[in-house]
Amino acid sequence: MMSLSHYLALSAMLFAISVVGIFLNRKNVIILLMAIELNLLAVNLNFIAFSHFLRDLSGQVFVFFILTVAAAESAIGLAILVCLFRTVQSINVDDLSRLKE
Amino acid sequence: MSFSSFVFYLFALILLGSALRVITARNPVHCVLYLVLSFASAAGLWVLLEAEFLAIALVLVYVGAVMVLFLFVVMMLDINIERLREGYWDYLVPALAVAGVMVVEMLVVLGGRYFGLLEMPQPEAVAAGHSNTRDLGRVLYTFYAYPFELAAVVLLVAIIAAIALTLRSRKDTRYQNPSQQVGVRKADRVRVLNMPSEKQANGS
Repeated sequence: MMSLSHYLALSAMLFAISVVGIFLNRKNVIILLMAIELNLLAVNLNFIAFSHFLRDLSGQVFVFFILTVAAAESAIGLAILVCLFRTVQSINVDDLSRLKE
Repeated sequence: MSFSSFVFYLFALILLGSALRVITARNPVHCVLYLVLSFASAAGLWVLLEAEFLAIALVLVYVGAVMVLFLFVVMMLDINIERLREGYWDYLVPALAVAGVMVVEMLVVLGGRYFGLLEMPQPEAVAAGHSNTRDLGRVLYTFYAYPFELAAVVLLVAIIAAIALTLRSRKDTRYQNPSQQVGVRKADRVRVLNMPSEKQANGS
């Protein structure tokens, strides 16, 4: 059987990978959204691991709400992305500096 | 090595490998597909942790709906990958530094040596007829009923926002205005003409 620390280490590594992804893909808005999804997945894994080992269902309820909010966030994010592409014809973050001018 | 640890290591390897490919793949479509793979293996880990309902919900809602939405958007946009990839590795060193510091911090806190997480006992096995879904539903509809309804409101707001952002009305489309349609009166549309009849009736 796996101990709690195994799951926590796995989710820490997943979190780190997604943080590196946010740094590397800083120009590509779509992959930034995907890295945020990975981030939330790591957090959810932590919640479920603790919920399992403490035999407390509140962790799973919290994961349920996180999933809801993450789905709403990605839907709105993608809608904003589509709007953005219609007006700027690009999703490069470098092209989004129009408010400065 | 028992079977459950074998499953854990297999799924963890697939999860980490596909997460690495999500952030490094050139083609955004490949990124989405690797993200699907990582979500699926995370669902496998959740089944291992006896969170069956959430594992199925992850596969159905996330892989089935949200990732398909991502795929739609990625395929709909015409992306110039070369411009997006220029200077890709410039920030690798600070990124690795930040991520490494975060991992070390989390391992110090959660690694078990100081907080006794290694002595965390394995939870007792669940009874034979145990249903995770029933338990979760019981908690969700009693203690968490109010947050549950708030979550529904969040989803409603997301629907309305997404539609309002992406809906665009064309200027050359012909459409009916229902309020004008309902408010019309007979005098606006029908004109009664008073005309003499041209044909004389027979027998007079």
